[in-house]
Formats: sequence, C-alpha cells, structure tokens
Amino acid sequence: MSTEVNTERTKKQALGPYGKLGQTLNELDDRLGVAKGGRTFLDKIFPDHWSFMLGEIALYSFFVLLITGIFLCFFYTPSQALTIYHGSYAPLVGQRVSEAFASTVNLSFQVRTGLLMRQMHHWACDIFVGAIVVHMARVFFTGAFRKPRELNWTIGVTLLTLAIVNGFIGYSLPDDLVSGTGIRIAYSIILSIPLLGTYVAFFLFGGNFPGTDIIQRFFFIHVLIIPLIILGLVGAHLFLLVRQKHTQFPGEGRTEHNVVGSPMFPVFIAKTNGFFFIVAGVTALLGAFAQINPIWQFGPYVADHISYAVQPDWYMGWLDGALRVFPSWETVVFGHTIPWEVTIPSVIFPGIIFNICYAWPALERRYTKDYALHNLLDRPRDRPKRTAAGVAMLALLGMTFIASATDVIAHFLDLPLNDVLVAMRILIIASPFVAYPIAYVICKELQGFANAGKRKTANIVSRTPEGEYVSVSAPHYEDDVHNELEAIPVPTFVVEPEIPESSGGVRTVPR
Amino acid sequence: MSDEMEHRTPVSLANVRADDPHLQPAAKNPRRVEQVIGLLFVLGIACFIGFAVTYFLDAPAWTYGATLGMGLFLMGVGQVAWGKYLMPRGPFVEERHELASSEMERTAFAAAIVDRGGGTVKRRRFLFGLLGGGVGIFSLVALIPLMRSFGPQPKGTLFKTNWKKGSYLVDSTGRRVQVGDLGIGSIVTVFPQGFENSENGQAVDQTVLIRISDEDVVTGKGRETWGPHGYIAYSKVCTHLGCPVGLYEQQLELLVCPCHQSQFDVTKAAIPIFGPAPRPLPQLPLYVDASGNLRSQDGFNQPVGPGFWERA
Repeated sequence: MSTEVNTERTKKQALGPYGKLGQTLNELDDRLGVAKGGRTFLDKIFPDHWSFMLGEIALYSFFVLLITGIFLCFFYTPSQALTIYHGSYAPLVGQRVSEAFASTVNLSFQVRTGLLMRQMHHWACDIFVGAIVVHMARVFFTGAFRKPRELNWTIGVTLLTLAIVNGFIGYSLPDDLVSGTGIRIAYSIILSIPLLGTYVAFFLFGGNFPGTDIIQRFFFIHVLIIPLIILGLVGAHLFLLVRQKHTQFPGEGRTEHNVVGSPMFPVFIAKTNGFFFIVAGVTALLGAFAQINPIWQFGPYVADHISYAVQPDWYMGWLDGALRVFPSWETVVFGHTIPWEVTIPSVIFPGIIFNICYAWPALERRYTKDYALHNLLDRPRDRPKRTAAGVAMLALLGMTFIASATDVIAHFLDLPLNDVLVAMRILIIASPFVAYPIAYVICKELQGFANAGKRKTANIVSRTPEGEYVSVSAPHYEDDVHNELEAIPVPTFVVEPEIPESSGGVRTVPR
Repeated sequence: MSDEMEHRTPVSLANVRADDPHLQPAAKNPRRVEQVIGLLFVLGIACFIGFAVTYFLDAPAWTYGATLGMGLFLMGVGQVAWGKYLMPRGPFVEERHELASSEMERTAFAAAIVDRGGGTVKRRRFLFGLLGGGVGIFSLVALIPLMRSFGPQPKGTLFKTNWKKGSYLVDSTGRRVQVGDLGIGSIVTVFPQGFENSENGQAVDQTVLIRISDEDVVTGKGRETWGPHGYIAYSKVCTHLGCPVGLYEQQLELLVCPCHQSQFDVTKAAIPIFGPAPRPLPQLPLYVDASGNLRSQDGFNQPVGPGFWERA
C-alpha cells in the first residue's frame, strides 16, 4: 500500500466520513493498529448449533460468580474467631458462632440484596460446574477434542477440577454445621494420603483439626488464587478457540477447511450477549425463588454436632458416594497405617477418572491411528466405541453420585440401609459394563436408520402390473427439511474509487 | 437515517447486492418481530425500575431477585431474538487458514533454539550447570520456609487427647455427669472437664456416654472394669472420616455415623459391623468416684479418629 495515512492530524482536521466514532477509531489505530485485525475479528464466523452454547453457559455463570462474589467479599469476615450472634435472625441470637458464620448470616438478612447475591453466587456455582460437565460431554461425544484441539481439552479438564475444588472451598466458607462437617471430612481425606498426608493436613490447616486458620486460608484461596488461575485458563481457552476456529457439524457446504455460520458482529454478539443476560437472569430468578444453603437453619459448626441426611453440593456427590460404598480395607504394615477405605475412593479414584480424561485424546489417537487434523465434528453414533466409553463413564459416575444418598434412598423406599448399600456396590461395578454394550448397540442401530429424529413419512406401497409390490417412502415434510441458503463470505466493503472516472476500478480492502 | 449514512459513506458492498437474501432478516415478518422485541425490552426496563423501587421500599427479599432476574431475562431474550430474526440471516462462510507454518519457517524456528540457544549453552556447559543448579537449589530452599511456616509439625498431636487419669466427664455446658443422671438407653456427649468449650476439645475429645443397663458392662477382654453401672464411653470421632458418630439406635444398641453410615456395636467394644469404618471406636475406661461422679480411669489407649500414616 502506497497511500500514506496521515497520523499527525490535529483534532480539528478531518472528521472523516464516519464522524466522531470514525475519528476515535482512527486515533486508536494510530496507536495500536487495530483496524485490520479488528475487522478480521468482527467478520469472524461462529457456527450455529444449540450445543455450542453449553460452554457459553459456563462462561457466563462464571461472570455471574465474579460479580456476585465481589459483592459478597465486602460483607464477609473470613475468621474463625468466636463471637456472640446479635443479628436479626432471632433463633440464633445469643449463640456462640464464628465471625465467618455471623457475617454470612448478617449479609443474608441485614444487607439489602445480600441474600439474593449469596443465593445467586451459590446457584451460579452449581450451574457453572454443571455447564462445564455438559459442555465437556458435548466435546467428548462429538470428537471436538481431536487434533488440533487436545490442548484446549486439557485446559478444560483442568478448569473442571478447579471449579469443583473452588466450589467445595466456597461452600465451606460460611462455617456452618453442614460445610464444617465437609471440611472435617476433607481433613481426614488429606490425612489418609500415605507418607505425606499428616504433614499436608497440618500445614494446610495450621495444626490438628479444626485449627484456627482454615477459614482464612480457604477464603484467600477461594477469592484470589483459584479464580485467578481460572480466569487465566478461561482466557487461554477462548484464545485457542479463536485461534483454531470453532468446529462445526458436517453439512452442506461445510468442509474441513471452512467455517459456516454467523459473523461475530453483529449477529453473534447480539445472540451471545443476550444469552449472558438470560443466564444471569435465570440465576437471579433461582436466587429469588429457590432457597439454597440456608445456613441459619443448619446452625454454626460445632465439632461435636452433626446433622442427619447431609449431602454436599452436587458435584461432590460422586466422591461422597464412592466413600460410602467402599469397603473398610485399612492395612497396617510395618507400623504404618494406610486407610485404603479413604485413600482409594477419595484420592485414587478421582485421580484415575481425571487422568483418563486428560489422557483420552492421546489414547484415542494411538488406538485409532488417526493423526489427522479435524475440524468437522462426529455424530456420536458414528463413533460407537467412543460414545459407549463415554456413556460407561457417565454411568459409573452417575451411580457413585446416587450412592451418596444411600441413607435417603433407604428411608424413602423403606428398605434396610445395608441392602441399599450392597445394591449400590453391585450397581456401581456393573453399570459401566451394562452401559457400554447398550450404548454401543444403540449407536449401531442408529447408524442404520438415516432419518432418526425426523417425522415418519408414509410408505407408499404399490403393485406393479406384474404383481410385484414396491414400497416407496413419501418425501419429507417440508418443515423437516433444512432450507438453508448456500453460504457466502461475509460481504467485504469496498472503498469507492477516489478518482472515480479515470481509474475506473474499485479498490478492495484486503485482509 | 440509514439513507443519510449511505450518502456519507465512501464504501459499498462488494460481491453482493444490498438485497441479497443472505443480508435479509430471517423473520418472515420483521416489523412484527421488532414490535415483540420492543415489548420485551420495555418490560425488561420496567423490571429494572421495579428492582430499584423494591430496593428503596425494602421489600421482601425475593422481590429483588424476581425483578432483577425477570428484567435480565427479558432483555436477554430480546437480544437473542434480535440477533436471530432481524439481523442478516446468512449463512456466511469463512476459510480456515492453516495453522501450521511452512517447512522452512519450522526449520528456522528450531534452528534458532537449537543452534543459537543450544550452541551458547554447549560452549558454556559449566556456567549453565551452575545456573541450573542454582535455580534448583533456590526453589528447594524457597519451598522449605514456604511450607514449613504454614503449620506445626504433627509430632504426637494425633496420638493424644485431653482425657487423662481422673478426668471428670462433663457435658457441653460443663456440668459433671453423675452416676444417676442417665436413664437406660440415654446418650450424652461428654468432654474432659475444662475442655468442653475449646474448639480442640470439641473436635478431639468428644466422647459419647451411653447407659445401656444398671449393671457393670464388659465390652471385651481387658475391659472388665471400664463400664461401671451400665455406662460406656466411646470416642465420638468416627474412625472413617472423623464425623461425630451422633446417632444412637437404642433398640439395636448401635452407634451410627450420619456421614457415611458406619455402624458400631455398642455392646461389643464398638466394632464396626457395617459401612466403611475400618476400626472400632476407642473406648474410654470409666469409674465412679466416691461422690458419684463419672471419671475416666485413663485416656484412650489408641489415637482417636481416622487412620493416618504414622499410626501404628
């Protein structure tokens, strides 16, 4: 390009054709050179499919978490120091509670919108982890983790672990009876790690349980360290998404080498921003109408008190269930105790699960010998083994999750607790082996049934003059056929010739 | 307005005409959709204003979330509808540019690292070794205070409780438990006197005192004198994960942990008969002194609570 840009304008000079906004953009471009890259970004194509918004739910509930969390920080006191409660919740008045507990009750009842913010925060967390899990399942079953996106899968699995850990730490902060019991269990789990456990537990808690430091330390970890890491990883996750461009389902005009969908600006921006509002709105409505974690009903944590039928937040359920069903296999060898009944279900089991997740892209590459780049997604049915493996994993985790409610199930079904527990043991072990073949067969069946999901059309049977019967299926209903236009590139803008007549041509603005 | 813009703008669309179907809204009746979206926005704004009103009226807590949430939801639906029905329907396509660089670029990149960087290192192996060693030693040295300052060493902490020879059994209010206090089938949580209000006492020393009969109870060999007048005391800290074993099944004479449903047989030295707990709850040997107070003959003969590496 030979034309020099005038970068030494005074303010008065040349309010360009786009007025004030145009001038601001020019000033910005003088300094940062944003015009070219910016336009590429605005023209960026996002494929449309409902399942691609699952990750957006996770992202936006994370934003809700940040906003509501900042609000809560202003009112919460991270201290285990004991105080006498004198707030507005009458049944607790006069009780000895920790400052953490008192401040949480106070911010719920004495700060306007405090209860809403707290409930939104808690709901947003449950949604956050849930959306990550469902998003991850989508990525898994459609094969979106394949080359070149293995790194983003790895980041995603890390984000899930961090979200679960921070969720646990977060609901421990109010120092109420239920969460305090959870901290006690966490302490015992750390204690169970061979060789190092005792030291790790003592250093983390500043001594034997309960110590005096854990709430303060959890607070710092919960509001700074882990959110910072999550923020960084989310940034990396999105950067890789933009850099590698989104995957898309196969379809007309869609190839490994293009992306078909809506442009970033304004279509995708409008939809996704609207979706942020919807996620935040639903969270607020849940916060308004669905009570969550009413700590004033549980009461403050006192180490020798306990509540019945206590379950942790849902994403901890699978670990709690594993702890419940695992048999008591403690060993004492050479004067050292290893509580396998704790170490295996709560340390080794989740370790194996997450490592399988981390290793899956590499495992699949090795097994299928597929080292190619993939930008088109699989339909789950077309990869029956992968789909069956994923279903088996979900069945296993689903069963351990259910096992975290053995006491409630026994009570509800009026069965002996022992029977329920034994049944859960069998179900947990059997579930992946039952789920795998079932999922596999369903995939195979669906492969042979091309029009699955579409409305049935009539089968027209006619008889030929020779007496032969011929069956022809009628055409699809019009609504069932996707009438999409052929995709075209986002229209580029053309700068009209400066000297219209003589040069005669148009000058396009190249990327 | 839009006409004016076009006049001022020195650019026009390339490749497509302004009336290309890709650039038309997806809605069959855009005017109608526009009205609906407008209505959604107006309702949303009304909700936001409602939120401010409820705030200043100090209305019931749920109204904040109802107004705020409804407002956000309506505005959100409006925006999505705008994007979906009124903006260019597309679809548009974009080429993926290959991420991989050219073979030459790759070689040059690797060469820069291996030849330029690696060469430098190879020429000064000794210096590089020192630098690497220094960084390694620094990280180790930095790690020690970082870890060590966080808490005390465990030493014998986990082996001890505050129960001693002659400790009085007191309840959570500090009242000494007397031999006549509990009826048969009753249970109370007790602490060694002086520790009933300390966090450590509550966490470590908590003990359940159960009266199962009028006569002395022998729960096992060597425990002949531990259960005077039908009183038995067990550590309340579950041997599985440390939850308080707070449920007593009076009929079956079982202690049940509400966390993971371990069950301990009260009459048989609290051996676990069900669930994940690996060990019996340690029993506290009791005696009744001359004035009828329940006291401990000694501390627990083993560490209380869940297992850990150093436990023999």
